[in-house]
Amino acid sequence: MKQFIAFVKKEFYHIWRDKQTLLILFGMPIAQIMIFGFALTNEVKNAKIAVLDPSKDIASTTLTQRIDASRYFDIMINLQTQAEIEDAFREGKIKLAIIYPQRFREDLMQSNTTTIQFIADASDPNTATTLTSYANAIVQDYQQELEGKSKLPYTIQTDMRMLYNPQLKGAYNFVPGVMAMILLLVCTLMTSIAIVREKERGTMEILLASPLKPILVIVAKAVPYLVLSMVNIASILLLSVFVLELPIVGSLPLLIGESILFTITSLTLGLLISSITASQQVAMLISLVGMFLPTLMFSGFMFPIENMPIPLQVISNAVPAKWYFYIVKAVMIKGLGIGAILKETLILAGMTVFLLGLSIKKYKIRLA
Amino acid sequence: MKTLRFLLEKEFRQIFRDPAILRMMFIMPVIQLIILPLAANYEVRNVKLAVVDLDHSSYSRQLVNKIKSSGYFLLTGFSPSFDEAFKQVELDQADIILEIPANFEKTLVRENKAGLFMAVNAINGVKASIGSSYLNTIIRDYNQEVRLQWIQLPKFNNEPRIQTTSSNWFNVHMNYQKFMVPGILVILLTLVGAFLTAANIVKEKEIGTIEQINVTPVKKVYFILGKLIPFWIMGQLVLTIGMIIGRVIYGIVPSGNIGLIYLFSSVYLLAVLGLGLLISAYVHTQQQAMLIAFFLLMIFILMGGLYTSIESMPEWAQIVTRFNPVTYFIDVMRMVVLKGSRLKDILPHLGIIAIFAVVLNSWAVLAYKKRS
Repeated sequence: MKQFIAFVKKEFYHIWRDKQTLLILFGMPIAQIMIFGFALTNEVKNAKIAVLDPSKDIASTTLTQRIDASRYFDIMINLQTQAEIEDAFREGKIKLAIIYPQRFREDLMQSNTTTIQFIADASDPNTATTLTSYANAIVQDYQQELEGKSKLPYTIQTDMRMLYNPQLKGAYNFVPGVMAMILLLVCTLMTSIAIVREKERGTMEILLASPLKPILVIVAKAVPYLVLSMVNIASILLLSVFVLELPIVGSLPLLIGESILFTITSLTLGLLISSITASQQVAMLISLVGMFLPTLMFSGFMFPIENMPIPLQVISNAVPAKWYFYIVKAVMIKGLGIGAILKETLILAGMTVFLLGLSIKKYKIRLA
Repeated sequence: MKTLRFLLEKEFRQIFRDPAILRMMFIMPVIQLIILPLAANYEVRNVKLAVVDLDHSSYSRQLVNKIKSSGYFLLTGFSPSFDEAFKQVELDQADIILEIPANFEKTLVRENKAGLFMAVNAINGVKASIGSSYLNTIIRDYNQEVRLQWIQLPKFNNEPRIQTTSSNWFNVHMNYQKFMVPGILVILLTLVGAFLTAANIVKEKEIGTIEQINVTPVKKVYFILGKLIPFWIMGQLVLTIGMIIGRVIYGIVPSGNIGLIYLFSSVYLLAVLGLGLLISAYVHTQQQAMLIAFFLLMIFILMGGLYTSIESMPEWAQIVTRFNPVTYFIDVMRMVVLKGSRLKDILPHLGIIAIFAVVLNSWAVLAYKKRS
């Protein structure tokens, strides 16, 4: 035990000596939570649009003003001819074009019907659908106003409540997601590189020749990163509560416990990578290029997993971040207890044991 | 010039000596490009709906059937009480609860209006608002049907009515893959390029071979160029393979001139590689290089406009994205591949990226010191 502690100490010295890395290690999660908490939102706002209004009467200008005033749209250009529409899209200036007929108000008042055309830039299909439906809603509202407040019989009123996140803030979804990403990637990257570096420099041999068991040598390398990650967990949670105003509804000890479990899973993943690679470059290629996008996409915070094709849904189960993301949402936002996340916790624990076993098995303690 | 040729030869030998890295560089992007676009779909479908029907009338059944047949909702079942249904939401088994109160039908007929209650899991705000608006539309339609049963609406509409039609340009079938594949390709290209160059010079520092170069009369510019050119070629290769995959697997044929993409990528790669070189000039270990590169790239990628739209960001964040090279390439890819934009449309982007490239690379040359 004493020897083990000595080894852990040595690893701490390694990290401590490198102030630059330390600074990034602690600064990074803080900067990222701040940026993503404030900047990232799936919502579509202030989309730039163009208007082609040949009639320019009181009805069309009122409607255009309504659209401009809504927080979804920003009118960028007033087009003069049909031919300009395509150019405006090509230059990438606008996302939606609104085209009024020649005589908007006259048609509306005389024949009681008129048509507005929306053209959306569907090179981004998501935004296109959303913008079209927002624009439609504004037109509907305007029309209801024209109809007057005539009371329709047999009305079904729907009362709606948004659970957990009444203001529909993006942070509720992104903070757990970014937490999962940062913890996973930082831990995996740091442990795998720390071990492979010793291999590359040849100092690993010295360590393995020491009286401490090889497995403990490896574990001692992971311990300091566990401690550092706990500091990161703390700073992320503090920021999300005090700056992003994201409440921790459930039990804090449970949330921290689960985060430590997830950190350990990530560390063992780093161990596995380090045991199958020989150079730092390969190790970091696997842990960053290989894991960045899959973690981002399969954890469920960017894209709903239930919409993916079945084989991909199966693959997503192998991504530890998916389970942690679920756990954080359940504990932090919904305020559920351990009972609700037992399955997910066991899966993470199982993954950890499996990865640890595999990396011990793969680890070569003798020179080839 | 001759010096440069020798340096290039050395760099290429170094790259080809390590087949593991070479494999990674090509295989990982290929696999990800094949799989990931399938996973990227924002469309809100299969919203899980729990119904609490306390009325059990023919109206409530009609309404539920109408919702079921819309195709947007998966009915997870009928719950006897709201609390039961709420448990399903807690366990993520349901996204929306629709409660139909007792005597819904009677109240509607007798009192001319009746209420429904809807509770939505709003942790993912977008999904919540889109899902609930689907449900509201269906309810409104049903409402109209009920009215028609009871009153004869006049045939000739005497209220003014504005109709809207909408068309989707550039991607008529709303194909998400057409949108995601070019974007993901840009990200992979950026990751590979920046990481490898960031690690490269530092590796020489760590092994100590940089000493040997520093004592030769090789000029700094040549040294940097020697590092830059091999990875530039690799980058173009990765891009080409990616474009082939996009074409063969996803059937994406750029509607603009493919030469424009290569024109842009050749400048873009210079910028990205320059960033990598700059990082490696300032750090001492590969671990540091990786961390900094990871930090910057994570921000670049998530704020690049592929996952979330840039216009929706707050003002300060939009200013930040102007210093993000990834934004420009994703934009150009989308313009050329989907919209068929011409050279004059992408010229502003090209100019900005060229400035990035010049600034980053000259900075890297200046920062690289031959003396320690």
